[in-house]
Amino acid sequence: MIRFLARRLVWFAATLLAVVTLSFFLMRAVRGGPFDAERRLDPTIERNLRARYHLDWPLWKQLAAYLGPINLDAHGARAVGGDGTRVFAGVLAGDFGPSLAYRDQTVGDLLRESLPISLALGSLALLGAVAVGLAAGVVSAVRRGTPLDAALRVVATVFLALPSFVVASVLVILLAFAWPLFPVAGFGTWRHLVLPALALGAPIAANVARLARTGMLETLGQDFVRTARAKGLPERIVILRHALPGALLPVASYLGPAAAGVLTGSLVVERIFAIPGAGSHFVNSALNRDYTLAMGVTIVYCAIVYALNTLVDVFHRLLDPRVAAEGA
Amino acid sequence: MRLVAEFRPAILAPMSAAGRSRTLRRIVFLSGPGLLVAATLAFGRGARLPRADCAFVNGAEPATLDPAVITAIPEGRIVRALFEGLVVRDPRTLEPRPGMAESWDEAPDGLAWTFHLRRGARWTNGDPVTADDFEFSFERLLDPRTGAAYASQLFCVSGARAFATDVDERGAPRRSFETVGIRARADALEIRLDRPVPRFLDLLACPQFSPVNRRCLEESRARDPDTAEIGWLRPDHLVTNGPFRLLERRPNDRIRLAKNHGYWDADHVAFETIDALAAEHLSTIVNLYLTGEVAWIDQQPADLAVRLARREDFHSAPYLGTYFYRVNVARPPFDDPRVRRALALAIDRSAIVQRVTRAGEQPLYACVPPAMPAWSGASMEHAATFEEDLVEARRLLAEAGFGPGGRVLRPISIQYNTRESHKDVAEVIADSWSRNLGIRARLENQEWRVFLDTQRRMDYDVSRSSWIADTADPYGFLEIFTTRNDNNRTGWSDPRYDESIARAARAVEPERSEALLEAERILLAELPILPIYGYATKNLVDPRLGGFFENPLDEHTPKAWYWKDR
Repeated sequence: MIRFLARRLVWFAATLLAVVTLSFFLMRAVRGGPFDAERRLDPTIERNLRARYHLDWPLWKQLAAYLGPINLDAHGARAVGGDGTRVFAGVLAGDFGPSLAYRDQTVGDLLRESLPISLALGSLALLGAVAVGLAAGVVSAVRRGTPLDAALRVVATVFLALPSFVVASVLVILLAFAWPLFPVAGFGTWRHLVLPALALGAPIAANVARLARTGMLETLGQDFVRTARAKGLPERIVILRHALPGALLPVASYLGPAAAGVLTGSLVVERIFAIPGAGSHFVNSALNRDYTLAMGVTIVYCAIVYALNTLVDVFHRLLDPRVAAEGA
Repeated sequence: MRLVAEFRPAILAPMSAAGRSRTLRRIVFLSGPGLLVAATLAFGRGARLPRADCAFVNGAEPATLDPAVITAIPEGRIVRALFEGLVVRDPRTLEPRPGMAESWDEAPDGLAWTFHLRRGARWTNGDPVTADDFEFSFERLLDPRTGAAYASQLFCVSGARAFATDVDERGAPRRSFETVGIRARADALEIRLDRPVPRFLDLLACPQFSPVNRRCLEESRARDPDTAEIGWLRPDHLVTNGPFRLLERRPNDRIRLAKNHGYWDADHVAFETIDALAAEHLSTIVNLYLTGEVAWIDQQPADLAVRLARREDFHSAPYLGTYFYRVNVARPPFDDPRVRRALALAIDRSAIVQRVTRAGEQPLYACVPPAMPAWSGASMEHAATFEEDLVEARRLLAEAGFGPGGRVLRPISIQYNTRESHKDVAEVIADSWSRNLGIRARLENQEWRVFLDTQRRMDYDVSRSSWIADTADPYGFLEIFTTRNDNNRTGWSDPRYDESIARAARAVEPERSEALLEAERILLAELPILPIYGYATKNLVDPRLGGFFENPLDEHTPKAWYWKDR
């Protein structure tokens, strides 16, 4: 297991470097810059601003300066300041730099403020979705072919098909206007997180239900389950202790990447409910040509996806002896 | 990991190993959700804020609160609440009123201004607000290293242009600020202009010209030179002199303002706390208003406009903004003014304002919008009905050699930045050109910054545009179409026009208005732009909110607000 994790870590570093380099060049290839506006800046001022963030350098040099921590500025200024203050130490030094669009904030500040909010909202959505989805999936599988199974499958399909902005709008109409249980939007208390968590969690719950049902049906037909039944175990124990772990495998594989998406925030849900999470940064940083923020969220997202995928693999090893045997 | 390999149905496994395996699995399975719940709870603790006295939706998250650097409307609102410049605008009439300057003198030639600083005005750190603060702040604004978009607005101050644009290889000004006509003398600030600026006080009332506290910036630098540029703007460090101070800043959520009890006019500030919410989704903004979370919103989805406009709390007034299309006159056939005029005439403006925008916008046949106070500008020649305009448009096209019997006009591309409302307007116009003039128009949308870049490089036929005023001055709308202006972007150039604008810049009233009028006439005869409509404000305001006035700059002052029922 240790060897496995160490290998993963090495690959992680390589992947991250590739992602950073690729997205750096991709982003600079897009037309338009961070200081463009309908009302154009005075050319001297624009030139100064570009120089401040070293946007006037050749791209390779900008990338090197972004990665840091070697100082490439002839005057010793790492970026900015004009007076030689060191504002940006480079990503390798753990500094994501100043945001180009939100000029009062560093990328680190913005992520510190927004990621916990997305994490809170995402984990709420995820926990609820997994609980509801697993329960529905297991019940569906055990009661296979009954009207209850059919009903649960229809509901799951509907929530899978509905885009989250539709779910969100219906939730707002029902639970904020018709029956004003929750605030319509905004952020501040746990009550503000309920509706967005429902909207965010609905499609995940639907997916989990379908995967759990399929996995459950497959395991229920296996020999060891029959053996357990033959030993005279109560049905509850057979299902929960023997069949369920096997049924969880596809769910776990799905949840890894899904969790990464949900935990880093959803643009649509965050916009509809005015939640100050990280989801909006993914899109806004690109629209604003906020190069540093875009790089920052890319790196963080990449790290989270990688970490969660690794976690899924660890789960697999715990749930399924065959995976561990192959990997060893 | 042997534990894993030992996995098998528990009943068959030896107790000890199965027990260990199960425990481990339980720990792994429960620790994930447990951590998530703990994180949620821990984080939820800090998120709670008591409800503010008043809240409004401020639109996009402000890019910065540094007065010198701001450009957008949401930023201006916050800066005007936090800081106060030499003069402020009356919330009802927009007339300049004393702010940090108690009074001022203007020399008879209109070139020398002396502002007498208010005695007893203080910063939130206890320092008195001095003329020196203003000198420092104007120097900072003009220093090109600050990156202030509005620095060029002060180029009317003598020496300012040279100071701001003559820079060394590191971008620092070569000249000393002594060469600029801004000087602090005891408790007065003297400003010397190159030429008379008729609405100089209006200009000074822009939030960009608010002072900043020198000590606040210096302390920030001493605390941590690396982050000094942004450190001074943190709520716990920021020193302000306006009616409010910065209590809390949560990016993309809200900015909480608290009453500044040391403010000179604090007796007239009613609210202890005000929340400026960041929200951009139009339906969400309306929902926040309808559920009473906020007392004022200024934007709504266009498809709700008709229904909302019927409400008593909906206020619409002409707004100093224009919606128009730029025409690339460097590209044939748009080099022919007759073609441009035909295109301008064949725009069904009333269809656009009645069926697309629908919130009180006005059809526009000019460059300066009808909301401009004390201005009756020129108008593009047009007939009483759209049908007559179409007849004239066809005649012009035929005269230019296009249409039946002549050449076929090539398809035109209309470029706009991706947005539903721009697309709707473009569709109405393209449809009219095609049905009435037989010109095929192709709609081409681009993402905002790509669109700006395309327009700047003049890689377009017809390009959507708009212009919003900073001050109630027609000069601002007309100046941009002079030959070398960065905002012209049409390729159009006319020495007579440039001359008129230059004359207006030097002249005083009434000669100035005459020069501007002449310039607008030239512009509307040549039509490098196709005027479409003048903006309207779209405010939904809680009827209990007092001190809220409609005005053509759509500028609203939290300082004046109060609850009518309290």
